[in-house]
Amino acid sequence: MEDFLGENIKTQEYFLNMGPQHPATHGVLRLLLKLDGEIVHNVDMDLGYIHRSIEKMCERDTYKQIVHLTDRLDYLSAHINNEAVCLLVEDALNIEVSDRIKVIRTIMSELTRLSSHALWWGVMGMDIGALTTFMYAFRERELINDIFEETCGARLTMNYNVIGGVRYDLHENFVKRVKALLAQLKQKLPEYDKLLTGNVIFRKRLEGIGYISKEDAIAYGLNGPTARGSGVSCDIRKIHPYSAYDRVDFEESIFTEGDSYARYKVRIKEMWQSVHIIEQLIDKIPEGEFRHKTKALIKLPPGDYLQRVETARGDFGVYVHSDGKKSPYRMKFRSPGFANLAALNKMAKGLKIADIVAILSTIDIVVPDIDR
Amino acid sequence: MTNSELKNKITAWFDGLTVENEEGKFLTVEVPQEIFLDFCRKLKEEGFDYLFSLTGMDFGKELGVTYHVESTASRQMVQFTVKTADREKPELDSVRDIWPAAHYHEMEAFDFFGIVFRGHPDMRRLFMPEGWKGFPLRKDYVDEVNMLIR
Amino acid sequence: MIRLSIFTQIHEWLYSLMPASSAHILELVLIAAAYLGIFAILGLLLVWLERRVAGFFQLRLGPNRVGPIGLFQTIADALKLVSKELTGTVKADHFLYGAAPYFIITTALMAMALIPFSQEIHAFDINIGVFFIASVSSVGVVGIFLAGWASNNKYSLIGGMRTGIQMISYELSIGMVIVTMTTLAGTLQISELIEMQRNGWFIIQGHFPAILAFMIFMIAGTAESNRVPFDLVEAESELGAGFHTEYSGMNFAYFFLAEFVNLFIISSIAVVLFFGGWLAPFGITDGLHIPFIGLFWFGLKVTAIIFIFMWFRWTFPRFRIDQLLTLEWKYLLPINMVNIVVMALMVWLGLIIKF
Repeated sequence: MEDFLGENIKTQEYFLNMGPQHPATHGVLRLLLKLDGEIVHNVDMDLGYIHRSIEKMCERDTYKQIVHLTDRLDYLSAHINNEAVCLLVEDALNIEVSDRIKVIRTIMSELTRLSSHALWWGVMGMDIGALTTFMYAFRERELINDIFEETCGARLTMNYNVIGGVRYDLHENFVKRVKALLAQLKQKLPEYDKLLTGNVIFRKRLEGIGYISKEDAIAYGLNGPTARGSGVSCDIRKIHPYSAYDRVDFEESIFTEGDSYARYKVRIKEMWQSVHIIEQLIDKIPEGEFRHKTKALIKLPPGDYLQRVETARGDFGVYVHSDGKKSPYRMKFRSPGFANLAALNKMAKGLKIADIVAILSTIDIVVPDIDR
Repeated sequence: MTNSELKNKITAWFDGLTVENEEGKFLTVEVPQEIFLDFCRKLKEEGFDYLFSLTGMDFGKELGVTYHVESTASRQMVQFTVKTADREKPELDSVRDIWPAAHYHEMEAFDFFGIVFRGHPDMRRLFMPEGWKGFPLRKDYVDEVNMLIR
Repeated sequence: MIRLSIFTQIHEWLYSLMPASSAHILELVLIAAAYLGIFAILGLLLVWLERRVAGFFQLRLGPNRVGPIGLFQTIADALKLVSKELTGTVKADHFLYGAAPYFIITTALMAMALIPFSQEIHAFDINIGVFFIASVSSVGVVGIFLAGWASNNKYSLIGGMRTGIQMISYELSIGMVIVTMTTLAGTLQISELIEMQRNGWFIIQGHFPAILAFMIFMIAGTAESNRVPFDLVEAESELGAGFHTEYSGMNFAYFFLAEFVNLFIISSIAVVLFFGGWLAPFGITDGLHIPFIGLFWFGLKVTAIIFIFMWFRWTFPRFRIDQLLTLEWKYLLPINMVNIVVMALMVWLGLIIKF
């Protein structure tokens, strides 16, 4: 800027508080922008506006209670978060769950991912300025939430997973409704592309914006769709398969451009892959138990346990350091959003204010997941 | 590389390492403070380039940090822990030059455990408000107003 | 200029009551009051229309409870806004902060005076009509600028700065399009402009360059009225509410109304310049003496153009500031310049289509 203006005219840097109450930060995230005019020189973040110290609460609760707390981390992937804790405990106690449970969990996880990505797509459009996308996305999301509601009574934070299985058996309408949903999604997902993906303004807003190379993506610990947009193969469903993911055929969606548009395409492709996964499983849900009996008070043997799952936002990890008591000695939730947000400064430096909004959308943050 | 091969390799690097859990999903290593940074650099050279998580720990007498690092090529994971006995002024080395991802994770560990990371340029409260007294995730932290103890 | 019989009766009645000079002044005041009324009603109607159109595009209903098909919803909203507390920042420049909405309202009203609702209802038909509209509506930017500056809020300031850049840039395009079309018409007076289109609307008379000019006008017009995809001024996902972040209650409503009235003005200019104002298409109602038929045709055409603007708004994403400037200075302006020359050549060589 200063080269252009010459020596006589000096510009002055100033700070702009983006958040904690701001439409683009999707919750209570505070970004401190150092700007020169519209150009971003530095992004710093201040977290904790929705910090509830869930990790500390876990040190007091039993394992069965902890499952419910994880709903409140990344509330859009509530089911998958629950699954992480359940898998960890089942793994530690060597509980082998039935095939039915595995398949139900997988289908529900993919439905959760679809619902989360649908919301993301709607909000993505809103952030870029196309307000209509939100309503289109909610049309499909409502159907998914209805299925959840019918199965377990809740629409968002479902608490459907319990240690040793799932809370209720599937509703008799489940298969019928999921099939109707799949048919609708196959018809409507191309409409999403028509409305937003192919729009020239939209592409110009995203292409080449927020670039991060593959090496940097690994070094900054990026994960999930954000890293896959840079060409890093990091889908936990592929590299450490859990539940029924080892018996379904799906493609890991990877794009190598590393910009916001690549991250956008990754998520759109993931929606198609989720549809594909559910299609393979929905017709052959095995018979069997839907919940195994577990002890009333679960105690993990002393040691270190780690379970990773792929939530809609990425690589979610639960780490437990146990001393053999009824509650974990230390429980750590490794949130995907926290790691992804750390690279924001790297991505946004030198761009405009509007680009920060676009980048924040494409890394798809959920603030309770970052703050925990 | 299997866990036991990795164990042989790691124990050959330095003396004083405690390596356990060969049968589990990942090795658990305990690293003394003095050789900690050298150990990390060696691991990075070995291909462990993805810092999965950095967990502040309170072991009762000691404070420490547990790291989980993964190799993006072989998808092998290692857990290693470093401890400090000083509870008043705990100081450990920062690994943000080796794994840039550690930057915010170290700020988090400082915020909740009070561990100061040497070489970190921005040691401030990330989650808690500025001026908050005490470090909430320590085992001896008491807050009668906000904490529900059972 | 007002030639409808009822208006003539009032005119004569007033002049019979009092001396000519005071009757003249009273008449002016009455016309001004009438325009204020039109301004308010238009604003409310357009807000209602926008919400219905938005509902139509977004798979929902829009306002439908208050009155028939929700017609009184905006009136209820306006009542709510009137009853709201006027808040503001403590360290604002209070005089400018308070003055800013009136700048915008006044300029919008001044431009309104030149809108030819029909042959009979046309308050102020001067010989530099379109030029006057263009110059008056460019003053509106001062109001937005003041609002952004005086609020003492960085978001408002950025919004205001963006407007300054955007309005001044796209003002150029609008001006150039007007020049192009007046090259064809040879007059600036609005009533004459419309009369000349009895032999075919200008968009047909001027065929290729006129269509190009119309496209540019639609783009620049969207930018002038600060609507998506050029709503960087407000850009709610970036700047909160932009330049009117710190305004509440009626002060905010002034901005809101002015935005919609500006939309109406832009659409009216488009109708006057390209689609024959209040003339019926192909003169189908010319022989018939239906009252207010001009108003009907004018309203229909303006509504159609406004609908296109609303269609833009609920479909497109938003530009970034540098893309917006690139579009104007690197594409629209050069195309416009060439277009003027082409149009001038066409007029000179007589290549105009006339029925």
